[in-house]
Amino acid sequence: MHWSDVLETLLDTAGDVLPIVVMIAVFQFVIIRRPMPNMRRVIIGFVYVLLGLSLFLLGLEQALFPLGRLMASQLTDPAFIYSGIERMADAMHWADYYWVYIFAFAIGFSTTIAEPSLMAVAIKASQVSGGAIHAWGLRIAVALGVAVGISLGAYRIVSGLPIHYFIIVGYVVVVLQTFYAPRLIIPLAYDSGGVTTSTVTVPVVAALGLGLAETVPGRSVLIDGFGLIAFASLFPMMSVMAYAQISEYRAGRQRTKSSD
Amino acid sequence: MPVILVVVFFQLIVLQQPLPNLVQLLSGVLLVVLGLTLFIQGLEMGLFPVGESLAHALARKGSLLWLLVFAFSLGFGTTVAEPALIAVAEEASEVAAGAGAIASDQAAQEAYADGLRLTVAFSVGLAILVGVIRIVKGWPIHWMIMGGYVLVVIITSVAPREIIGIAYDSGGVTTSTITVPLVTALGVGLASSIRGRNPMIDGFGLIAFASITPIIFVMLFGMAVH
Repeated sequence: MHWSDVLETLLDTAGDVLPIVVMIAVFQFVIIRRPMPNMRRVIIGFVYVLLGLSLFLLGLEQALFPLGRLMASQLTDPAFIYSGIERMADAMHWADYYWVYIFAFAIGFSTTIAEPSLMAVAIKASQVSGGAIHAWGLRIAVALGVAVGISLGAYRIVSGLPIHYFIIVGYVVVVLQTFYAPRLIIPLAYDSGGVTTSTVTVPVVAALGLGLAETVPGRSVLIDGFGLIAFASLFPMMSVMAYAQISEYRAGRQRTKSSD
Repeated sequence: MPVILVVVFFQLIVLQQPLPNLVQLLSGVLLVVLGLTLFIQGLEMGLFPVGESLAHALARKGSLLWLLVFAFSLGFGTTVAEPALIAVAEEASEVAAGAGAIASDQAAQEAYADGLRLTVAFSVGLAILVGVIRIVKGWPIHWMIMGGYVLVVIITSVAPREIIGIAYDSGGVTTSTITVPLVTALGVGLASSIRGRNPMIDGFGLIAFASITPIIFVMLFGMAVH
C-alpha cells in the first residue's frame, strides 16, 4: 500500500462530501440563521464518516475488488464452464452455468450484508420502530432479496430473455404484496430497494454482468450486460415485505396460542 | 466478513486456484472493518443529527418553499457528483455511440454523458421534492409508487431498446453512501416534527422515489436523443 493511494482515496471521498457540506452550511447559516446544535460533535462525526469511508474503500480496493472481478471473469470463462462437457456445440444449456448462479447468489448476499448505506437505514429503522424491526433481520432479508435478484439476473443474461418482462412481473408481485403486507413496513421496503446497491455491490456485480454477457454466445455486452443492478434493487422490496409478513404471521400464531 | 468466506470458497474449491497475495487480502479486510466502525460512529454523531436538525428547523420555520428548495438541492447536489453515476453515464455514452444514435467522437459522447448525468440529478432532486410534499401532506406511498411503475412500464414500451438496461440500472446507482443516511434522517426528522405524521409510515420512502424517477427520466432522455 502506498501513501499516495491513501491520499488519493481520501481526496476523492472529500470531493464527494464537499458539495453536501457546502449545501448544508448554506441552509444552516443563510436560511435558518441559527448555529447548529452540538457543532463540534457534528464536525467530528463528519470527519469520522470521511475517514471511515476512505479506509473502507481502500480496503475493498486492496482485498476484494480485484479478487471479485478476477473470479467473475474466471467463472464466466468458457474453459471453466465447458470443462465437464465433451461436445461443446450442442451443450450450451442454461443449466450448465450453475456455478455462476451459485456465485451470483453468494456474492449478492455477502456484499449486501457489508453495504454501509444499508446499515445506516437499518439502524435508523430499528431506532424509529423502537426495536420492533431488528437491524440484523432487515439486513438479512434485504441481502436474501439481492442474492435471489442477482441469480435471476444472471439467468436472464444466460438465457437472453428481455429484461422488461422480468421487471414488469416483479412490479406486479410488489404491488400485490403491498396490499397484504403490514402497513408499517411498506415505505421501508420500498426504500430498501434503492439502498442495497452502492459502494460494495455495484462494482462486483457489474463485473459479473459484463463478464457473463461477453462469454455467453449470442449476447451483446451493451444490451445484456446491464440490468443486474435493476434486479438487485427490485427483489429486496419483495423479501422485506415477505419478512414482515412472516414475522406478523408468527406473532399472530403465538397470540392465538397464548390466548387458548 | 462473509464476503471473504465466499471469495475464499470459490477460489479454493470451485476454481481450485491458490489465493493470490494473502497478506494484502488480510490487511485489506482489516482496513474494511476499521473503516466501517468509524463510518457507523460518524453516522450517529454527524450525518443523522444534521439531517434531523435541519428538518426540524425548516419545519419550525414554516416555509414550505424553503423546505422544497432544500429537498431539491439535496437530491440534485448529492447526485450530480456521484462517482457511480459518472461511470454509468460514460458507459452509456459508449453504448449510444455504438448504436449510432450519436456521433462517435469524443465531444458528442461527452455531451451525451453530461446530459445524462444532469437528467438523473434533476430527476433525483424532483424525487426528493415530491417525497417531501408527500410527507407534509401525509399521502399514502403505495399509490404514488404504483403510479411510478405504471409510467415506467408505459415508457419502456416506447423507449429505444439500448437505453432500457441502463435506465433500469440508473435507478439503483444514484443513491450513495452519504446521501442515504442524510435523506433518511431528513424524512424521519420531518415526519416526527409535523403533527399527525408517523415517522415509521411517513418518514421512510424518500429513497424509493429517488430510485424510480431516474428510470423514467433516463428513458425519456433516450427517446429525446435517439
